[in-house]
Amino acid sequence: MNTKVLVAPSPHVHSGDTIQKNMYGVVFAMLPALVFSFVYFGMGAIIVTLTAVASCYLFEYTIQKYLLKGEPTINDGSALITGMLLAFNVPANLPIWIIIIGALVAIGIGKMTFGGLGNNVFNPALVGRVFLLISFPVQMTSWPKPLGFSTSYFDAETAATPLALIKEGLKKGEALSSLMPHVPSNMDMFLGNMGGSMGEIAGAALILGLFYMLAKKIISWHIPITILATVAIFSGILHLANPEAYAGPMFQLLSGGLLLGAIFMATDYVTSPMSNKGMIIYGIGIGFLTVIIRAFGAYPEGVSFAILIMNAFVPLINAYIKPKRFGEKRK
Amino acid sequence: MLKTFSIGGIHPAENKLSADSAIQVLPIPQMVSIPIAQHIGAPATPVVKKNDQVKVGQLIAKSSGFVSANIHSSVSGTVFKIDAIVDGTGFRRTAIIIKVDGDEWMEEIDRSEDLLKEITASKEEIIKKIADAGIVGLGGATFPAHVKLSVPPGKTAEVLIINAVECEPYLTSDHRVMLEKGDEVLVGTQILMKALDVKRAIVGIENNKPDAIAHLTKLAANYQGIEICPLKTQYPQGGEKQLIAATIKREVPSGALPIEVGAVVQNVGTSLAVYEAVQKNKPLIERVATITGKSLQNPSNWKFRIGTPVHDLIDAAGGLPEDTGKVIGGGPMMGKALSNLEVPLTKGSSGLLLLPREEAIRKDSKNCIRCGKCVSVCPMGLEPFLLMVLAEKKNYERLEKDAVMDCIECGSCSFTCPANRPLLDYIRLGKGRVGQIMRSRK
Repeated sequence: MNTKVLVAPSPHVHSGDTIQKNMYGVVFAMLPALVFSFVYFGMGAIIVTLTAVASCYLFEYTIQKYLLKGEPTINDGSALITGMLLAFNVPANLPIWIIIIGALVAIGIGKMTFGGLGNNVFNPALVGRVFLLISFPVQMTSWPKPLGFSTSYFDAETAATPLALIKEGLKKGEALSSLMPHVPSNMDMFLGNMGGSMGEIAGAALILGLFYMLAKKIISWHIPITILATVAIFSGILHLANPEAYAGPMFQLLSGGLLLGAIFMATDYVTSPMSNKGMIIYGIGIGFLTVIIRAFGAYPEGVSFAILIMNAFVPLINAYIKPKRFGEKRK
Repeated sequence: MLKTFSIGGIHPAENKLSADSAIQVLPIPQMVSIPIAQHIGAPATPVVKKNDQVKVGQLIAKSSGFVSANIHSSVSGTVFKIDAIVDGTGFRRTAIIIKVDGDEWMEEIDRSEDLLKEITASKEEIIKKIADAGIVGLGGATFPAHVKLSVPPGKTAEVLIINAVECEPYLTSDHRVMLEKGDEVLVGTQILMKALDVKRAIVGIENNKPDAIAHLTKLAANYQGIEICPLKTQYPQGGEKQLIAATIKREVPSGALPIEVGAVVQNVGTSLAVYEAVQKNKPLIERVATITGKSLQNPSNWKFRIGTPVHDLIDAAGGLPEDTGKVIGGGPMMGKALSNLEVPLTKGSSGLLLLPREEAIRKDSKNCIRCGKCVSVCPMGLEPFLLMVLAEKKNYERLEKDAVMDCIECGSCSFTCPANRPLLDYIRLGKGRVGQIMRSRK
């Protein structure tokens, strides 16, 4: 018998899980929201998505090949996620050149500067989005009305987001009770019939994606559920304290980018904590900061900032929040 | 709700291909190589020399300390030589090589199949007989059984836990032993209870073996104090600490032994060996092993004589398949890859797995994407990703602080990692070095 056999340490079998399976699983979970945005924004959504995804692929490929001079990485699926998330986070009629700049910042500065997938500190898509929000505040805050396929790309009728409506009104000294009749109902917001970024409007579709990712064990419940619970509890307290100044929990959960952020952005593997306890602290932080920014900040919406700020704390959380060890000696 | 342990855990494909194959007896080979180190602890000292005549069951190497075990001849014949051979660990180590001649047993061994239920030996006699018979933990760790039964002063054993979990995929030898030697196992359990002075024994069996659970539950009604405890199938439930957590909900403290929480764990195969040693005067010279693999003609279970070369077992099951890429002594999660087919089967050989080449080759490892899956599956609550980086960076101080020594090397982290990172390989390296550092400090 002269068959050659391999000798390697255990374990000798593998689950078969791969980075791609997880990444494309996330992409699959984003499809319902993508379909909703096509329905509400028509051509605009298609153009924005294609531009964002294509430029993310292009920048990742180019930077990896010519600057980092490494093995190609575009097949791992992470550039696709970044591109889709970037598209989800901008108005569906954003000029194409701005989207391309956003993709360059997201992939170039947000991800490849740190050495590519796995090394970045901040969620790349959010780095791109916040860069655009600060650099092009006008274009980034004129949302087209969700009217369906008839909408043309450049001269669409615009609609303010529910959060912006309230912020403006409150600034003018109006009471919340007189503003609420002008914002979409909870059901409209749940189904996506409101002004907002391309992928954030349809709460129902995003929640469908959450269930898929939980069922496939791509993510655990810890981050999204703690974010949503924290926002609900904290905004509930503020609402009870002063119902005329602070909107209630249901409105907070369904408006703006909270569901998109909690389900798809905060749960990014690379930029979230490793242990369950750490994830809970991170989730509470994001929920808390979101409500603070929405209630007291200059911007009507705070999810992106809250996530980026908590991204910065992730190394610290990982260093100090350890999982519960088996048989740990208690001092 | 079935019981199980609560921290981490995975569920690999079970692949129990040989579960329905009754135990067969492997023919005695022409030559056996019996290593003098088949257990954890000091190697035994040979008490025979070249050209000595030996019988089946005769002592050929003597335990050389408290944590050590006697070795007996598994065949009758002539000592051919005492020499270094490559054993299942891949190292060259001393073995006693015996040329077989007939099958003549020591007279005191009772070879009948009669079930002897009545336990006449006293506690001390039991422990002495177990030590004399060279019995070690047959689950794979091969820790000398009498050591675990000698409860240190100041500690009390409250419960005996019989490890019948067999959580490794593919392996079915314990499963078959339970089905075919159920009464012997339970008498063995009672003997162990008597040795430990405990009134309660729990047999933990995963619910992927419903026939074994039903069979033993039926038999256990005739024995005082033995409970059969079905467990939810989850790897690594056969880990001593995990099994204790699953059955009696107690956590063995880090760095401590099970006796700290009043538990003593013995494998179900050990229980059978104890029965044979105490009731039948038979030393540990044979055991049951599974030979299995997806391409193998006949995955099956065999009772073999210690020292039989691995290729005899493979031949009995239909020969080495063409596509074999790895020959593993033990299961796929914690077994050791063998470097050649002359390696002898030993006391710790619970199975032999032939892995096809495409399954044996590891995929390329990628960047860590920090998904945290290794953390969530670790049954010891460790952070494998971090331990790997620390081991790579040779940061032994922090490795020790982050409890690398708690790692039970179950491999759940490497199994799960979507980036195929060799987590356990590095952790094992780090563990070895930290262990050295800790010992040198004493």
